[in-house]
Amino acid sequence: MRHYTSALYRRRRFVNRCAMVLCLLAAFFGLAWLVLILGTLMVKGVSALSLDVFFERTRMRDGGLGNAILGSLILTSAATAIGTLVGVAAGTWLAEYGGKSRLARAVRFINDVLLSAPSIIIGLFVYAVLVLPMGHFSGWAGIAALTVIIVPVVIRSTEDMLNLVPTELREAASALGAHRWWVVSRVCYSGARAGIVTGILLGGARISGETAPLLFTSLNSNQWNFFDMQGEMPNLPMTLYQNMTINSFIPDLVNLAWTGAMILTLGILILNIVARFVSRQSH
Amino acid sequence: MTINESFTHPLTEHEKTSPTSSDATTAKLRVENLNFFYGKTQALKDISLDVPANRVTAFIGPSGCGKSTLLRCFNRIHDLYAGPRSEGRIFLDGQDINARSVDANLIRARIGMVFQKPTPFPMSVFDNIAFGVKLYERLSSHAMQERVEWALRKAALWDEVKDKLKYSGQALSGGQQQRLCIARTIAAKPDVILLDEPTSALDPISTGYIEDLVNELKQDYTLMIVTHNMQQAARISDYTAFMYLGELVEHGETTQIFTKPTQRKTEDYITGRFG
Repeated sequence: MRHYTSALYRRRRFVNRCAMVLCLLAAFFGLAWLVLILGTLMVKGVSALSLDVFFERTRMRDGGLGNAILGSLILTSAATAIGTLVGVAAGTWLAEYGGKSRLARAVRFINDVLLSAPSIIIGLFVYAVLVLPMGHFSGWAGIAALTVIIVPVVIRSTEDMLNLVPTELREAASALGAHRWWVVSRVCYSGARAGIVTGILLGGARISGETAPLLFTSLNSNQWNFFDMQGEMPNLPMTLYQNMTINSFIPDLVNLAWTGAMILTLGILILNIVARFVSRQSH
Repeated sequence: MTINESFTHPLTEHEKTSPTSSDATTAKLRVENLNFFYGKTQALKDISLDVPANRVTAFIGPSGCGKSTLLRCFNRIHDLYAGPRSEGRIFLDGQDINARSVDANLIRARIGMVFQKPTPFPMSVFDNIAFGVKLYERLSSHAMQERVEWALRKAALWDEVKDKLKYSGQALSGGQQQRLCIARTIAAKPDVILLDEPTSALDPISTGYIEDLVNELKQDYTLMIVTHNMQQAARISDYTAFMYLGELVEHGETTQIFTKPTQRKTEDYITGRFG
């Protein structure tokens, strides 16, 4: 047993422990902030939570967040729906048809750029091409901006997930006499479904909290907007921003903002949990 | 084989009118001067070969000799990719399968293939089998159930999976997955079955199952098997083709190839002097 207690071994054990402690400290550092953020949101958010929050519109006094929540839901779900159609189709083309062609490589590169484009730039772009020509802010413009943000996310996850489907499966399906599209839609999609759905849900979570692109596009409103897409669309992120900054002298509005922040965070948290659940279903 | 006989395939009508090669009655498949290229690399060199019906033909040879490439020519799976190209002709029942007028998918429906790695689709056992059937036949749900059971029985898998038809095909063991793939191929009722090293990823017991299966299937189908295992070729095949560096060195009855090979290279290979 002598060699187990040799100096060399003791030093290695010491280094091992140091590394372990450092890793743990780093993990705690990250987690601590997360807990602080969630804790603060909960503590400050719960105090103003009531049914009125969901059913009253934003007002200077005695209001709620109903219109903002509804608006955010409309914007996010419409953008996610359009983004899913466009993103899944484009991702499928990249993975199954484009291959290594020059066009596919160009599309892939542009998609990567778009994926990391600052969202405020996308807001400005939509402002220039939609809002200015139309002459007013609108729900459509907000949806357009959010769609531009979610599409590259869905394209990327769709392509990655389809690439994980083994080539042998495509060959096996083709060897039975199946046409390309049948192979893709029946075999590849059923293999990649969980991953693609996860990508869409995470993309939805991402855009539901976007504020910058909405500044120039849907703007905000303190009125209810039931699907009038030509008009300004109230939304949660901008309401939070306004309540916390320009309206910060009204304590009720600040409290409501905390509640809104909590609702938004919980919504995203639920989307993430659903995404995890879906991706686990595949195993 | 009443079920198989009653089955009329989409190609059979077309076949009757197509030009037939002189010896079409003896050979199920005939290869004439086949050359095959991956880009600039020539993988098959001037291969000519007759594959008799209702027999097992084994392809042996060292790695990279072109066995799998040749096998994949028979169902035009190379067509899925842009790089490869072939010259020469392959006849199935006298019909040139590479002719412009021939739909590759119809050829693949007649020439089924089982791969080296089991390839169950990410769906239930039942749907795996039904997948190929649905492509070319419209069956009632009752008829489909019968077909699935028939194929699974034929592949000697029914007893093991009859209570698991709704489970994912990918949840089966490796040997069961491979038999599932064979059942899936049989269910579509092809004329020819190509097996590309079907047992190389399996344990000896599963290998035994598959070999028994091949023996049984040759009553109804023409089988071609690529194998690295010479004992396996000797056990299950009626004809053996020895390939080396893209050439067909020798082709004949298995007993003759293994006992009295006419070519020196064949003898060296089967006695283990190289490869």
